[in-house]
Amino acid sequence: MDTGTWKVKAGLAQMLKGGVIMDVVTPEQAKIAEEAGACAVMALERVPADIRAAGGVARMADPTVITAIMKAVSIPVMAKCRIGHFVEAQVLEALGVDFIDESEVLTPADESHHIWKHDFKVPFVCGCRDLGEALRRIAEGAAMIRTKGEAGTGNIVEAVRHMRAVHDSIRKLQGMPVDELTAEAKALGAPLELVMEIHKTGELPVVNFAAGGVATPADAALMMQLGADGVFVGSGVFKSSNPEAMAKAIVRATTHYQDPAIIAEVSKALGAAMPGLDIKTIPPEELLAIRGW
Amino acid sequence: MKIGVLAVQGAVAEHIQMLSRLNTEAIPIRLPSELDGLDAVVIPGGESTTIGKLLSDYKLMEPIRELADQGFPIFGTCAGMILLAKRVADSSLEPLGVMDIEVKRNAFGRQVDSFETDLAIPVLGDGTFHGIFIRAPMVEKAESGVEILCQLYNNAVAVKQGKILACAFHPELTDDLRFHRYFLDLVTGDALAESNC
Repeated sequence: MDTGTWKVKAGLAQMLKGGVIMDVVTPEQAKIAEEAGACAVMALERVPADIRAAGGVARMADPTVITAIMKAVSIPVMAKCRIGHFVEAQVLEALGVDFIDESEVLTPADESHHIWKHDFKVPFVCGCRDLGEALRRIAEGAAMIRTKGEAGTGNIVEAVRHMRAVHDSIRKLQGMPVDELTAEAKALGAPLELVMEIHKTGELPVVNFAAGGVATPADAALMMQLGADGVFVGSGVFKSSNPEAMAKAIVRATTHYQDPAIIAEVSKALGAAMPGLDIKTIPPEELLAIRGW
Repeated sequence: MKIGVLAVQGAVAEHIQMLSRLNTEAIPIRLPSELDGLDAVVIPGGESTTIGKLLSDYKLMEPIRELADQGFPIFGTCAGMILLAKRVADSSLEPLGVMDIEVKRNAFGRQVDSFETDLAIPVLGDGTFHGIFIRAPMVEKAESGVEILCQLYNNAVAVKQGKILACAFHPELTDDLRFHRYFLDLVTGDALAESNC
């Protein structure tokens, strides 16, 4: 009997497909998410909108919070560690979380290197802005990818940009003659082996969710129609005026993403979505998506 | 033959691919009207609470129960097995309840305990079948009408009752088509599968 294999790590991500993973900061919020139909929760001390507002150094959540959330729900529980902070990852693995997000939402611990994720039994999800970044993370052992978007903004524009960038590059690789793949791998900063694989299959070797800016049911369905396998919602649920209703509506819009009549129905009377931020008003050094190498 | 794969959440594409490799048409199902004209249904792996809630919300529970009562073939893997069960231990989840089994969710532990192992499944013939168990359930109790197809540590992990088939692991994550072929044989009433009833 083998545990922590690539199959069971990438396989858990496959089981999450078509679902919504919600950021929660208390056991009560985790129960609301589970009740609404979330396929997993992300246990945090603060949602990204609050991390953005607070400034300073954002770290892994207090293990007390994570453990309390793990006890509160039966769906998978994820937690975030800082980029490159492999000891935070070791701690999260020791706590028994089901998935680790090596996340740009927290302050990076290493400005050159990500965690060597093959060393862990617990699967990792990592953010990307383009295909090269996705393939570097997969090479390091990420069993799941999410496009970064711009967390805590309630603005979908960056998530759309990143999802389109990934799919544009995949289409380009598919159509390339094989003798051009080496140069393309060099340009992408990605391992040739993975580039060759995508040239053949036309798809990423792991599941790819959308994240960073999803604030409404229509946002979630938009990302699904653009090719996401599922959706992370960070601040979008619990910074809205009616979290229970918003959570349910986003779950339903993600399942029925190809059915505008259902998206319309679930979008009714939800109250106010989270307040949104224009990306152009954020000072460049405060953008989260640029973290990651 | 046309098979519907419940597509409210979970690993839907994997089942559709397995079935198309067996030259069988398979389509995703999200609404009750889409059940018309099907020969069988697959309930995939995924998050059982999520799938259960969406089945209730979009009124799929009753039509599937009615089909099961009429002997309609259904195959559930992992979360699918949980949803087919009569009872789910320690859970508020409302399952379909069309199979006389009681299951325990996450019976082997959390994700760090997820595992792969080779299984003996006599109805699939000689040789082992590679079982991929991800936060997997197990059958704690099976009533007399239920045939146990595979055990792991004295717990049933694959079961059959009439034309309803369920397993705690994920054949759809392997390249081994035998489990899906066994289900298709049940659907068509093939003699080999029927003899094991």
